[in-house]
Amino acid sequence: MAAGTDRPRDRFYNNSKVRSIVWQAVLIICVVGVAWLLARTTAENLARARIASGFGFWNVTAGFDISQTLIEYSASASTFGRAFWVGLLNTLLVAVIGIVGATVLGFLIGIARLSNNWLVARLSTAYVELVRNLPLLLQLLFWYNAVLKTLPDIRDSLHLPLGGFLNNRGLFLPAPVGEGVGVLVWAMLAGIAGAIAVLMMWRRRPHQVRLALAPVALLLPPVAAWFLYGEPTAVEYPELGRFNIRGGIEVLPEFVALTTGLIVYTSAFVAEVVRAGLTAVPKGQVEAAASLGLRRGAALRLIVVPQAMRVIIPPLTNQYLNLTKNSSLAVAIGYPDLVQVFAGTVLNITGQAVEIVIITMGVYLVISLMTSMAMNLYDARLAMTERR
Amino acid sequence: MNIVRSLSLGIAAATALVVTASAGTLDDVKARGMLNCGSSGQLPGFSLPDAQGIWMGFDVDYCRAVAAAIFNDPTKVKFVALSSKDRFTALQSGDIDVLSRNTTWTSSRDTQLGLNFTAINYFDGQGFIVRKSIKVNSALELNDAAVCVQQGTTTELNLTDYFRANKMRVKVVAFATLDESLKAYDTGRCDSYTTDASQLYSVRLKLAKPDDHVVLPEIISKEPLGPLVRHGDDQWFDIIKWVHFALVNAEEFNITKANVDEQVKSDNPEIKRLLGTEGNYGEQLGLTKDWVVRIVKGVGNYGEVFDRNLGQGSPLKIARGINALWTKGGLQYAPPVR
Ligand SMILES: N[C@@H](CCC(=O)N[C@@H](CS)C(=O)NCC(=O)O)C(=O)O
Repeated sequence: MAAGTDRPRDRFYNNSKVRSIVWQAVLIICVVGVAWLLARTTAENLARARIASGFGFWNVTAGFDISQTLIEYSASASTFGRAFWVGLLNTLLVAVIGIVGATVLGFLIGIARLSNNWLVARLSTAYVELVRNLPLLLQLLFWYNAVLKTLPDIRDSLHLPLGGFLNNRGLFLPAPVGEGVGVLVWAMLAGIAGAIAVLMMWRRRPHQVRLALAPVALLLPPVAAWFLYGEPTAVEYPELGRFNIRGGIEVLPEFVALTTGLIVYTSAFVAEVVRAGLTAVPKGQVEAAASLGLRRGAALRLIVVPQAMRVIIPPLTNQYLNLTKNSSLAVAIGYPDLVQVFAGTVLNITGQAVEIVIITMGVYLVISLMTSMAMNLYDARLAMTERR
Repeated sequence: MNIVRSLSLGIAAATALVVTASAGTLDDVKARGMLNCGSSGQLPGFSLPDAQGIWMGFDVDYCRAVAAAIFNDPTKVKFVALSSKDRFTALQSGDIDVLSRNTTWTSSRDTQLGLNFTAINYFDGQGFIVRKSIKVNSALELNDAAVCVQQGTTTELNLTDYFRANKMRVKVVAFATLDESLKAYDTGRCDSYTTDASQLYSVRLKLAKPDDHVVLPEIISKEPLGPLVRHGDDQWFDIIKWVHFALVNAEEFNITKANVDEQVKSDNPEIKRLLGTEGNYGEQLGLTKDWVVRIVKGVGNYGEVFDRNLGQGSPLKIARGINALWTKGGLQYAPPVR
């Protein structure tokens, strides 16, 4: 290395900034080095024990069936890699629906706990205490085995309006078929995203405007898709075959049990978070609002909730993360989520525990980090509008 | 529970692989004074703890036979209950010394997992069970049926193959544990449950009304079952393999739990070698000369183990079939001790 200047104090290694950079670099090198060493010994040991390693399995034909696939998948033609994506999407589906459901239910119950109506407040307290004190696994088994299994057998299916069926093997609904259907589904998702964006982003506009625009944002993409790509050509009705119901859209009981269980369980925690947030807003704020003549509902919506949100968001994020991770209890009731499909069947067939466990943990980490990031962004927005 | 278990086993396997180099399993077992044996713990006839918590069954007796050979005491075994999904990782990570748990020998399991199958102690094949009320007489009539199955089994893969080969459609509903998959079948979630035929007899007893169900005649696969050990310890591999051969040879020479003390006095050179009154064949394995005497005193011969747990002496009443000795038209055949 080149020498510094003559005066000792100015020597570069006496500069605190340089020093801290050097130390950090040393630390990074150490961490990377240890990680590399671990990886190398693991690979060596795997090789010595003759355990297959590497990621070659990713492109090998899977050979097993999965009961719910959001993307095209077949046992004979799809790979283990494809099975991974099927499992991941099934996990995300449960996580997204669970988060939305738990948020709505949790807010309602959290607010209800503070209600002046004695009965409402008591009932919601009882709900929270009951739900959050029973293990989630037990609740999932309850929904799956005690509630959904009591639905009628396939041969005595309940006939729903519009040609649907309900029985202990799931809910079967008519499905639109035709070329435009895929586009239509994406358009609907775009619509939902658009509506959320309108509601959340345009905080500066009066809320009448937002409430008026949200439905437009919601409906515009699907309606446009309908006209541009042509309406679905036909409807496929579920049909009772010799054993099972064929065709249409199938909602698995495993899926219903898992999402219901997660929503109910998490909503109790969300309710507590919401209650804590609401009570954290000083009483004076409510009184001030009342003295301005605002009704309770309006005061809650315009004064209390926006302030409470800043207290609510961080613990709420925790609940979202918990819900996503808890969705891996799916194994217990046979819902084909990422853990069941990938860290279960794929791991078992290939035997590549190290690779598969690492990938699975990585995926949950990424999902969690992304959830936190989104929530932090939202939090930052709230904080800024607050200061204006 | 399950997720925690399998992930932790996976992590255990991963960390074990980071640090361990395999030592002599026999020495480890002797030092521990106990054999660690992985088994299902869910299957009457194969492995199930009784009311006192004592493990009983065909797979269980194999571990007891190993303990008898090493310690002259068939009770020196610690059993670990393992689901289909967790069994291999438990063996890889060293949690258990041997996996004796209705596990099918396949090429990929033998080559990709760092494990070795030692011998075939039960020749099995996959079958289906259905409710009598659906009036099906053959698996070929199951087109479009929903079938419950346990995850991480060869069963899961055979099922898909069979339906595809016969141009039929199937809805596979997979569960991680036997209890869940069986309960799902029992409560009408599926039209059929499928697993190894021997196990169908055993799980049928667990259904709410066993008589309402019938096992279909088709056997759709080969399921050679047997114990496994970790790759890389040849001495231990030999011991587990030869405990099986000892059981089969004992049956062939009609050496039973009741008559083994008599047979020790036999003049038949083959019996003398087997029971260690001639030669030092047990010592060559790293055991004692009287290793087979110990095994037979502990659990009996192959035929006795079979009958007591699966055959006429058990509630399952499974016929010996192809598991009869080769001298009686079956496939059970053991190399000679010499
Ligand atoms: N022989 C097959 C299937 C063995 C198997 O795991 N069968 C299940 C279904 S009967 C079982 O033993 N379950 C018991 C348990 O998980 O404890 C294999 O090796 O994959």
